[in-house]
Amino acid sequence: MAKRIDVSGLTAYYSTFKAIEDISMTVEPRSVTAFIGPSGCGKSTFLRTLNRMHEVTPGGRVEGKVMLDDENLYGSGVDPVTVRREVGMVFQRPNPFPTMSIFDNVAAGLRLNGSYKKSELNDVVEKSLRGANLWDEVKDRLNRPGSGLSGGQQQRLCIARAIAVEPKVLLMDEPCSALDPISTLAIEDLIGELKEHFTIVIVTHNMQQAARVSDRTAFFNLAAVGQPGKLIEIDDTERIFSNPSVQATEDYISGRFG
Amino acid sequence: MNTTATQTPPPPPTDRIEPKSSQKTVVRPGDRIFSGLSKGSGITLLVIMAAIAAFLTYRAALALSENKANFLTYEDWLPQNTPPMFGIATLAFGTVVSSVIAMVLAVPVAIGIALFISHYAPRKLAAPLAYLVDLLAAVPSIVYGLWGALILVPHLDGLNKWLDAYLGWTYIFDKAGTGPARSLFTVGILLAIMILPIITNVTREVFLQVPRMHEEAALALGATRWETIRMSVLPFARSGIISASMLGLGRALGETMAVATVLSPNFIISGHLLDPGGGTFAQNIASKFKEATPLGQDALIASGLVLFVITLLVNGAARYIIGRRKEYSGANA
Repeated sequence: MAKRIDVSGLTAYYSTFKAIEDISMTVEPRSVTAFIGPSGCGKSTFLRTLNRMHEVTPGGRVEGKVMLDDENLYGSGVDPVTVRREVGMVFQRPNPFPTMSIFDNVAAGLRLNGSYKKSELNDVVEKSLRGANLWDEVKDRLNRPGSGLSGGQQQRLCIARAIAVEPKVLLMDEPCSALDPISTLAIEDLIGELKEHFTIVIVTHNMQQAARVSDRTAFFNLAAVGQPGKLIEIDDTERIFSNPSVQATEDYISGRFG
Repeated sequence: MNTTATQTPPPPPTDRIEPKSSQKTVVRPGDRIFSGLSKGSGITLLVIMAAIAAFLTYRAALALSENKANFLTYEDWLPQNTPPMFGIATLAFGTVVSSVIAMVLAVPVAIGIALFISHYAPRKLAAPLAYLVDLLAAVPSIVYGLWGALILVPHLDGLNKWLDAYLGWTYIFDKAGTGPARSLFTVGILLAIMILPIITNVTREVFLQVPRMHEEAALALGATRWETIRMSVLPFARSGIISASMLGLGRALGETMAVATVLSPNFIISGHLLDPGGGTFAQNIASKFKEATPLGQDALIASGLVLFVITLLVNGAARYIIGRRKEYSGANA
């Protein structure tokens, strides 16, 4: 189910501004890869190129190749809508659909894909909410609005919504930065469970979090403000945090800059 | 202090309360003047409203006490007769029917224009287009009336014939004579054009307020642009669309000059919408007030009161619809 991501020579622009330049990396299936780096270095931009969300921003443009197993996401004739059904995404701020109930939020993606029987929907919603460790907290109020949940619960609802359509890859853009430590812990535990089924890529500003949840870590940096962000190195998380091969990584991790 | 209250009554905290009651809060003159001004404005509004309501009710009561016909169901307007007989049935019918036609035609188009400006049009086109819609709202209603009478009425003959020929079986589009298109249907079309700008502008504003993150949530699930609009934009904007429609409906219900210019003075109730004639509250008042006898004027005032009540009911219904699903509204996001 999970798929390998293979990026080569990827450059992304906002209109004429080059945000990230010439990024190549491989993300193994059923693993967690963390992106770290100072603000503005293009981690989120790069993440958003992996499900073609970057081009949603006015002026957003991408050059290069992103292979999902053997399919180029930027190949000619590839529909971004289909890509986004294969590569799910969780955002920085929990964003359940405010006008939908908890149930409808989780079922939203399925309903886009076609018609389902009520019993099928029930099964998928329960499975997804269980998968997001939220089922026990909301099973008695599935018809209540999703916006009535706490921030941490809303974020897990968004994860349930993303995994309900069984994507191959799950992208997370600082999923815990708007959450308290307890909710953060719940999400981190969940990431550990989810990686058995999905390829997970997570952007985080919290280096302890990167060290806790990820198998591989990629460090991004930019030479100066106005310069494009670049991938400095990607390696096993343990190695990045103990003995990185580039000096800039070590400086960043030990807090000497950034 | 509260935890010990069960065992021993707490000592009266005299030193805390007494200074408070004897102490004077500092009131600055600016605060006092401003609070006086705003209080005064509020009271003035209430007094004016009460005075208008009292005056209208009094005059209306005078007319109703002389009326020998059933005010609610009588179809003719003859306050100058002896005995005076007048009723609002024709007016209520014409007002409601023309406004409903206007809403049916205007609301979908307005939503479409608003969506185009806010979500589909390239930025270079969106701004001038929004400005054009604003311009539509700046045209005085008498100009719409003249345009309606001189251009719209003669040009609708063809459409009327077509509707009569192909949709005549629906009863409402069955046209009896060959009279000019000075009908409730034409009035409805004209009103639709007139209420289009306000509905478009308000819905466009609401569409633009939909948080980006809700749209991205839908896009990231693999929604197409239309599905994104259906999943996150329209539900978020629902109460705004209703409010906008009600603003438009309020204008359609009360529109006077344009209706008076276009509508044939034939005072009838006809389910055949293409037949010339009919009447609306505002149009009836405008066209009859000058030549009316004192009792006739009072009768028209009574009809104005009814229009007022209908508008109140419409607004109340809109508020109810908006309030019923409040916790699902985007405001909780």
